[in-house]
Amino acid sequence: MSIYPPEDRIWWSKPVEKTEVLWVTIAFIWGLIMFFMMPYWHLTGDQNLSNEAYKITADKYAEKTEAFAKKYQVRVEGDNDVPVVKPPAGSDVYMLARLWDWWPILELEKGKSYRLHLSSLDYQHGFSLQPENINLQVHPNYDMVVTITPTSSGEFGIICNEFCGSGHHTMVGKMYVKDSK
Amino acid sequence: MTSPYRICPDTGFKVDLAGEKLIKWNAVTSIVFLAIGGLLGFLVALTRWPEIHLLGADDFYMVLTAHGIVILLVWLIYFEMALLYFASSILLNVRLALPKLAWLGYWLMTIGALLTVVIVLQGESNVMFTSYVPMQADPLFYIGIIVFAVGALCGCAVFFATLVIAKAEKTYEGSIPLVTFGAMTAAIIAVFTIASGAVILIPTFLWSVGLIAYIDPLMYKVIWWAMGHSSQQINVAAHIAVWYAIAAILFGAKPLSEKVSRFAFLMYILFLQLASAHHLLVEPGLSSEWKIVNTSYLLYLAVMASMIHGLTVPGAIEAAQRKKGYTNGLFEWLRKAPWGNPVFSGMFISLVLFGVLGGITGVIMGQEQVNIIVHNTLYVPGHFHGTVAAGTTLAFMAITYWLVPVLFRRELILPGWAKWQPYFFGLGVAGISLAMMGAGTLGISRRHWDITYADAAIKFDHPALAHLMMGINGVFATIATIGGVMFVVVIVGSLLWGKNRDEVPAAAAPEPPVADVPSAMTAHGSAGVANVSGTFTLALIFLAVFVLYFFVNWKFLASTWGLS
Ligand code: HEM
Ligand SMILES: [Cu+2]
Ligand SMILES: [Cu+2]
Repeated sequence: MSIYPPEDRIWWSKPVEKTEVLWVTIAFIWGLIMFFMMPYWHLTGDQNLSNEAYKITADKYAEKTEAFAKKYQVRVEGDNDVPVVKPPAGSDVYMLARLWDWWPILELEKGKSYRLHLSSLDYQHGFSLQPENINLQVHPNYDMVVTITPTSSGEFGIICNEFCGSGHHTMVGKMYVKDSK
Repeated sequence: MTSPYRICPDTGFKVDLAGEKLIKWNAVTSIVFLAIGGLLGFLVALTRWPEIHLLGADDFYMVLTAHGIVILLVWLIYFEMALLYFASSILLNVRLALPKLAWLGYWLMTIGALLTVVIVLQGESNVMFTSYVPMQADPLFYIGIIVFAVGALCGCAVFFATLVIAKAEKTYEGSIPLVTFGAMTAAIIAVFTIASGAVILIPTFLWSVGLIAYIDPLMYKVIWWAMGHSSQQINVAAHIAVWYAIAAILFGAKPLSEKVSRFAFLMYILFLQLASAHHLLVEPGLSSEWKIVNTSYLLYLAVMASMIHGLTVPGAIEAAQRKKGYTNGLFEWLRKAPWGNPVFSGMFISLVLFGVLGGITGVIMGQEQVNIIVHNTLYVPGHFHGTVAAGTTLAFMAITYWLVPVLFRRELILPGWAKWQPYFFGLGVAGISLAMMGAGTLGISRRHWDITYADAAIKFDHPALAHLMMGINGVFATIATIGGVMFVVVIVGSLLWGKNRDEVPAAAAPEPPVADVPSAMTAHGSAGVANVSGTFTLALIFLAVFVLYFFVNWKFLASTWGLS
């Protein structure tokens, strides 16, 4: 009994139950399959994070994002005149997170790839692209780069899913994806 | 005072009175915190129920911070202290070492816990229990947690010292019991956990008072989760020890083979420092190689360990039941199990829900790429209510139904409530777990006050189904809360007003809701030949669900945007 010392003092030399051997083998193999699924997806799958990231200060990142927005702005939207920015395919695209918005609004083309940069000017934020449900963690002082290729078009919400203070639930951004001509 | 020992009339254990008192105090304190933490969880769920939306935003974030700390940290660790003292002093028939240190630990934990909770409830430290920098809490918030952890460390020291005394005084023969081995696993992991906690929380405290200028947010998370994730391994090791204990107590079950079960506990110790990457899979600046090796506990060996326990615990019960003559078909042993006894039903529901709801989802969302479609959504709390609420909490509730009559010598009041309580709590927690997973799959964020984004400058709408999920979550949260209240009423009521079992003449005493402890029947389950075909069938069904759901998630992932 498990609440008493084992009766066989030399329990380690007792044979193991057959069912246990079988199950341990199955579990081990299943573990290997699960493990190798991850490198396999790196080789063949379309959804992998690059892990490309750079140290950067908040000021520097804000500067870069503003320059980017100015360069490719096509219109402004909403009461706060948020720029809508339409960068060329393949280019570096910047979005910043801060208390409590995602800035600017992006307009991308379906099927084209963009190097999306994400960083925060203050606390950590959670980039959550809806309804695609793509979720990335955004840190201050780290510029994270992910190449994204939209495969659906329409209007997407970017909500914040890392708790970032009393206005966390008001932090919403937007991204447009247009069908390419 | 007479002898510092008494002999337990039910189990024959020599019970050290000083140790017993500590077990009682830690257990009772834990239940007080469970009651508070559970009610806070109910308030959270009522607020996330769109039709009710009970609390205001700031109160919600405060209450959620408190729910996390009170229930994850305080309830579980106090109860684990009680278990450590039980598994050492009582199971080894030895006096508890250093009772003064144990009391010091108890009071440090109490002061620390109260300090942090009071600070949180003042509303200036809404940082969630993870307190990610650069968000800052009141310095006393960190001090409280550090003091609490030092107290827990004292408890671990007492546990190890008790093992040493038992060995030196030869109070047992051969190796320590499997349950004690499991508790030792938990204690070893706890020491590592607390050390990691010190490494990160002490600098964070110094930063909060201005003595350190900057803490890197990524470095904080890497070390914080070395604590945060391994502390979940403490819970797992502890509740699995409880499963083995209950199988032994109720059925006289002995492990199919000691070697396999102990090996499985050893896997937890060997890989305890891994898997913190579960929480860091979509973080910038960490390499995929590190993420993959770490998140998988190196080839999933610790997952294999949990799958082993998942087979050997019910397998041991099956072998014991078949020995008693319940041999028909695959499942007579299970059908004829004492389902009306909360010690059994609680334990078995805990085992099933932990494996199916907590285990499968945890492994899958911990796959490097799959995490992209899960991270920080409500799926995550859905998963861990399967592990810590359904798994650990229900297992601890189950053994409490045995501790109260046997160790504390009190008859349970309201046995009818006790009988149904595990079903209420199990159903409720399974429901919130599934509802939150559903909502998370639909994109609903965790730790979020308003999924209609009414106050946001830019609008966004989730699908109606997601709102429905949050309503369903509220309904099941109510059931879970009823289950929690039933538990607290039965246990606290029994401790206060339950008949003292030693004063009741044995013949007249109604049967306590625990099966009698089989005395001499420990020599069955002859190695190599035990029939556990029922358990193995269940295990294969479990595996089929696991494999299916695994590939479903990869399929989901494959249908989203390209990321590279
Ligand atoms: C009556 C029972 C319970 C109910 C109704 C409940 C409900 C909830 C809900 C709705 C959330 C919030 C999810 C969010 O907004 O992010 C939550 C979070 C949480 N719950 Fe529970 N819960 C219960 C019991 C437990 C138990 C027993 C444990 C652990 C032993 C637990 C641990 C946690 C933790 C760690 C969090 C995360 C807090 C955070 O995100 O900071 N809960 N709970
Ligand atoms: Cu945010
Ligand atoms: Cu936020």
